[in-house]
Amino acid sequence: MVEFSLLSVRELAVEFRADTGTVRALDSVSLDLRPGRVLGVVGESGCGKSVTARAILRILDRNGSIVAGRVLLDPDTPAETDLSQLDPESQRMRGVRGARVGLIFQEPMSALSMQYTIGNQLIEAIRAHNDPGKAAAREKAIALLGDAGIPRPETRIDAYPFQLSGGLRQRVGIALALAGDPDILIADEPTTALDVTTQAQILTLLRRLQQEKNIALMLITHDMGVIAQMADDVAVMYLGRVVEYAPVGELFHAPRHPYTRALLRSVPDLRATPRQRLATIGGAVPQPNARPTGCPFHPRCPEVIPGRCDAAPPAPIPPGAAGASCFRLEDAA
Amino acid sequence: MLNYIARRLMLAVITCAAISVLTFIIIRLPPGDFVDAYIANLASTGSTVTADQAEAMRHEYGLDRPVIVQYFLWIARVVQGDFGVSMMWRRPVTEVIGDRLWLTMVVSFAALFLTWTIALPIGIYSAVRQYSIGDYIATMLGFMGLAIPNFLLALILMYFGFRYLGLSVGGLFSAEYAQAGWSGAKLWDLAKHVPLPACVLALAGTAQLIRIMRANLLDELRKPYVVTAKAKGIGNLRVILKYPVRAALNPFASSIAYIFPYLVSGSIIVSLVLGLPTVGPLLLQALVAQDMYLAGTIVLLLGLMTVVGTLISDLLLMWIEPRLRLTGRL
Amino acid sequence: MSGSLADERLAQAGQLRLTWIRFKRHKLAFISLFVIVLFYLVAIFADTLAINDPHATDARRSYIPPQSIVWFDDTGFNPHVSGLTGKRDMKTFKIAYVPDPNRKLKVVLFAHGYSYNLFGLIPTDIHLIGLQTPQPIDGIFFLGTDQLGRDLFSRMMVATRISLSIGLVSVGLSLTLGILLGGVSGLYGGIVDTVIQRIIEVIRSIPTIPLWMGVAAALPNTWSVVQIYFAITLIISLIGWTELARVVRGRFLALREEDFVIAAELVGASQLRIILRHMLPSFLSHIIAAVSLALPAMIISETSLSFLGLGLRPPAISWGILLQDAQNVQVLSGAPWLLCAAIPVVLVILAFNFLGDGLRDAADPYG
Repeated sequence: MVEFSLLSVRELAVEFRADTGTVRALDSVSLDLRPGRVLGVVGESGCGKSVTARAILRILDRNGSIVAGRVLLDPDTPAETDLSQLDPESQRMRGVRGARVGLIFQEPMSALSMQYTIGNQLIEAIRAHNDPGKAAAREKAIALLGDAGIPRPETRIDAYPFQLSGGLRQRVGIALALAGDPDILIADEPTTALDVTTQAQILTLLRRLQQEKNIALMLITHDMGVIAQMADDVAVMYLGRVVEYAPVGELFHAPRHPYTRALLRSVPDLRATPRQRLATIGGAVPQPNARPTGCPFHPRCPEVIPGRCDAAPPAPIPPGAAGASCFRLEDAA
Repeated sequence: MLNYIARRLMLAVITCAAISVLTFIIIRLPPGDFVDAYIANLASTGSTVTADQAEAMRHEYGLDRPVIVQYFLWIARVVQGDFGVSMMWRRPVTEVIGDRLWLTMVVSFAALFLTWTIALPIGIYSAVRQYSIGDYIATMLGFMGLAIPNFLLALILMYFGFRYLGLSVGGLFSAEYAQAGWSGAKLWDLAKHVPLPACVLALAGTAQLIRIMRANLLDELRKPYVVTAKAKGIGNLRVILKYPVRAALNPFASSIAYIFPYLVSGSIIVSLVLGLPTVGPLLLQALVAQDMYLAGTIVLLLGLMTVVGTLISDLLLMWIEPRLRLTGRL
Repeated sequence: MSGSLADERLAQAGQLRLTWIRFKRHKLAFISLFVIVLFYLVAIFADTLAINDPHATDARRSYIPPQSIVWFDDTGFNPHVSGLTGKRDMKTFKIAYVPDPNRKLKVVLFAHGYSYNLFGLIPTDIHLIGLQTPQPIDGIFFLGTDQLGRDLFSRMMVATRISLSIGLVSVGLSLTLGILLGGVSGLYGGIVDTVIQRIIEVIRSIPTIPLWMGVAAALPNTWSVVQIYFAITLIISLIGWTELARVVRGRFLALREEDFVIAAELVGASQLRIILRHMLPSFLSHIIAAVSLALPAMIISETSLSFLGLGLRPPAISWGILLQDAQNVQVLSGAPWLLCAAIPVVLVILAFNFLGDGLRDAADPYG
């Protein structure tokens, strides 16, 4: 088991300026991406999963900015770099995108430009770093498409994205993310837009490539099933905060945070008795500009401590450790 | 692809037919027919025509036949290049129009070209630097361009040119070339005179296109493929120019189809103010004098010009849009 | 919490109310709304605001340059304009006007001037400002006079009436055509839709001005001002409906797939009820926006046609007719103030464009 981390996010906070004031999208988020391991990031939509991915790559929308924290590439080595301090447009940051950290998207439909062939878009990604020349780049593109499980890659390379099915397009997306030979991969809901059989195929492919290339994979999803199948470690996010961080076994067998427990209850269970109602989490995710004071989950929490949970937020989980951010646990300790 | 071209060609043919019908209606709108007008015209110079002669003329021109037959007789002649005789000038319409049609096209195409070259970079800048000072200036200029009818702009330019620079800014040729035959020097003279009317004409269209480009590009910039491209680690400018700008060009190209008729329309009224030797002033004279064959022919030719412009924009769209090329639809 | 209360109010507000709330945030559009209301008020009270009879010609007043009111003299506050004496320059044949210091013409509020009917009903001769003792030759010429000695300011006031109303009437006609054909097209789809869409495409690719010119030129000389007015309105709106039809069709197509429309269908509501009760309210704001963007085009059309001498004909007064006088450089260099007639055209078109833009954003914040 490798214990060193390729990329460590430390107490990251991101804010977005809006007409109505600033919105804090991330608050004290800490994560570690380790080679050969899969970190699953799970949470409901709007909890900040995608913002974390974009903040790491420094491709936040123009109204968003990192206000605190660090994004350390190669931490505790002489090459340690804090990505949050780099100019997003700088040569160094561009060298990180694609070549160190690859990104796989949720929407295979819109993540590729319809105006260019997939070969054009793939070769561009290959030549962006360590340009091997046009012909070699094409060879590599065909090989990548083959690796990603696309049949007849030598003809498909000249196809336009709209000529491919959703599943094939997502395979192109994976090939694209691998084009710069990154050792870190961020997959942002890679299977959400696909049908169930294709989902399974894509996940298997991702797992295989990740194992083969010893990649540190950050897998963002809202699907506990995907987490169970893929992840080694799990970060559960709620309203921009990591509320629980644990190895996958611990998370499923001994969830610490009330939110994690609620999430697990809302997964359909094969052993359930017929007509048993699926548990849901009461209430809805609050609007980001109407963020509750105190623990963000307290208005929906079944185990809320009145006067305590709504006053100040619980302490974040210490970086690099398993745990949960909850007063009940602080009290138990 | 062939399917698409066939459909656009069909539409072009239908449009031509519609324009020809409208033209024919315009020719026939004034009370009395061509022979009445011709006789009145002759009478004003002292000649007379007997009733028999008039009847013979009507028969010759087919004016005693049903309207539909007349339309097809007229179309048959038009297709052979016989547009009839201008009463005002007592010469074939084609001779009267002469170079004016080409000059109209030169001015309109120059305006189109200008519209493109100005609107594209400003539109891109406005979208990429949304809410910057430059964007506000461009937006303000855009609104001014929309609000000032181009004949007004022509008037104002002419007034200031005359008043403060002592220039007469009108015309397409200097005096010494106006009547001269075509030569290299005359072409150069034309090239020097075209930019001003082209600018005047291009203003409103440019304003419109900047707004279209800005809106389209703002939409495109939000799309996930931009993030994909950025995540590859290529430079921001290159990402923007290669992906979203390219995608935003698509509605830009189709916008030519409706900017072009608009430019042709505008060229008429601007020509009048600036005294350009295009078909515009001729059309007005012909309409006022009810010289309907001349007027009708000009309307018809201008209509056909825009049909050609529309076709060009369709083909352009096909060229830049692979999905249209490969599947025949967007 | 006040924030959540406001949210709740937003959530309960109807489509039109929502649009209005969003619209008010658009400052430029909001100002434009006031400007437009002001313009229409001017149109309603045009004769009251006019100072001199807009039709009265007098060769002795040809091309008087703009004058302004002198507020004070040695007697203190005494608003007046100077009387003018014209002398013809025998070389240029132009009349040069010199103020006559001995003739101070006192300016008063609510003066008596030419007679007119307020709102077309109440006969009166009260004007907002005027001379205390009007003489046929005297007048206040804020913006100077034209060749025939008619007061440009008064003519501009009166011109708003035709120029603004012709836009409204044309848009009304266009809207009827647009909603009818666009609605049919969007509602029935299929062959009907294809045919109507092709017709629209054909109409849009025809250059409008030559076409209008052709039709307008064919209007008989014998027609009255009113007949010509309606003919011109009809010509303008026959072309202008295509854009409105496009908007209506687009909304219909989008709404047909909406859950609430399908729900209403399933409940068994009649077609007409679905359209009036469910669909119309949700795209009314889009139509209002489209209308306010179509209006300036109509106004420009009328101005252009009249400018060419093919639209309205004198004695009708519109901005286009006023600008017709300013057509050539010789006249303009002698009487540049004639270009003032362009100012309201630009202002009103600008205001309508801002308003339309604001409304469109408010109606459909996501594009």
